[in-house]
Amino acid sequence: MKEQLIQRYSAAERINHWIVAVCFILLALSGLAFFYPAFFWLTGVFGTPQLARIVHPFVGVIMFVAFARQFFRYWHHNLINSEDIRWMKSVKTVLSGHEVGDTGKYNGGQKGMFWLMCACMAVLLVSGFIAWRPYFAGSFPIPVIRLALLAHAWAATGLIAGIIVHVYAAFWVKGTIRAMVEGVVTHAWAKKHHPRWYREMTGKQK
Amino acid sequence: MALQSLDITRRSASPTASPQARKTIEIAKLIDVSTCIGCKACQVACSEWNDIREEVGHNIGVYDNPTDLSADAWTVMRFAEEESNGKLEWLIRKDGCMHCADPGCLKACPSPGAIIQYSNGIVDFHQENCIGCGYCISGCPFNVPRISKKDNKAYKCTMCSDRVSVGQEPACVKTCPTGAIQFGSKEDMKDVAATRVADLKTRGYANAGLYDPQGVGGTHVMYVLHHADKPEQYSGLPKDPAISTTVQLWKGWLKPLATIGIAAAGLFGFFHYITVGPNRPDDEDEHAAANPAAKQEDKA
Repeated sequence: MKEQLIQRYSAAERINHWIVAVCFILLALSGLAFFYPAFFWLTGVFGTPQLARIVHPFVGVIMFVAFARQFFRYWHHNLINSEDIRWMKSVKTVLSGHEVGDTGKYNGGQKGMFWLMCACMAVLLVSGFIAWRPYFAGSFPIPVIRLALLAHAWAATGLIAGIIVHVYAAFWVKGTIRAMVEGVVTHAWAKKHHPRWYREMTGKQK
Repeated sequence: MALQSLDITRRSASPTASPQARKTIEIAKLIDVSTCIGCKACQVACSEWNDIREEVGHNIGVYDNPTDLSADAWTVMRFAEEESNGKLEWLIRKDGCMHCADPGCLKACPSPGAIIQYSNGIVDFHQENCIGCGYCISGCPFNVPRISKKDNKAYKCTMCSDRVSVGQEPACVKTCPTGAIQFGSKEDMKDVAATRVADLKTRGYANAGLYDPQGVGGTHVMYVLHHADKPEQYSGLPKDPAISTTVQLWKGWLKPLATIGIAAAGLFGFFHYITVGPNRPDDEDEHAAANPAAKQEDKA
């Protein structure tokens, strides 16, 4: 029997996602290098420590622009409704492998992750510009730069922890990574994890 | 300008300790503001010895020139006109790195060995390792380090570590015509300061005192001030300097919290997977298999 597939992400959406993902990995590694002395060697992802300092903010801007495109693609799919609240309250059941609620394109966890990422990205962008030498930092008072550096580190920590959960969730729920690589999911996947979205896509009632 | 002949006790961004066995004498530079005449010979000596030339600036109506520290001006005289007891006072302070015992720049620096502290107390920047991030600027409670526009590396007063390492005093000390800048062991400088303070007190400066702020563990550049109760009068010398709480939160508290947070996310995933196992759509299909009607629908 031929596998029944539903298109979940177009080629443009996938390219967009992976631009953000690659930028994120480079930024996370070089950022951790600036944060943890013991990981300073990770500046090597950009060649030398000086190069890492120079390139990190530019890659950050690319990530932000690419993420902003994603924001405008997905924000309306991520408005939190009562089903999502139910999902969040029953997260323990979900984690044991049983779905809760009539989930649409995204479940409560994914929506929460979306808004966490948006918040972190916004903080990272603003604080990153304030701390960016030699171009912008000179225009801000030192106490403001200090706050920016603290906020940048906090937001980065939040984003890194969030992305670990994001990646793990994709790995845990089999068939998910395919959505972002090949763009498709199986009917069984959609029906189990996103029943309302499944009905919308197929016009079926069950 | 790291020199082998001076012992390094602390390096930036280096989690393990530097060699500690040898102890050298703690030094200090004492600047007696009350005997400074504002001649700027120290600025010139600094520029000469260190081969740095700040661009010739413009007169902005006061004596300050250069008007601020820069990568090419590691010390500047700051001239303040203050009124106290109905008298105008011209307070002149030689500004530059204070060589803190607990240096905020070193705490903030992310690059191993870009900032070092010698066992004699001198805090030095090793530009070869500097990445130009400017964190030292955020860490400094005195607003001293400056990033060069030429090479994007941070510079500041070295206390002439090259001279000190061969037993000489810093260039500014050597040149000062009134003896307002003195150099020696920190203990000796405190003694000298005590005699100066006592003298100032007999001359009507009841609040004369030594500026050796303990919030940064004491400094290796100390001032004798006629108004030690109001250091701010001396062109904004901070009253109780300390490494900013923001920097402490960033470089102190956040690190363990971030480690716990990131590790928790990773460990949660690992243990969840090896206990609960993967989440496959087939599991649900098996339920569907028990209900042939649903199965039929699915095939359609």
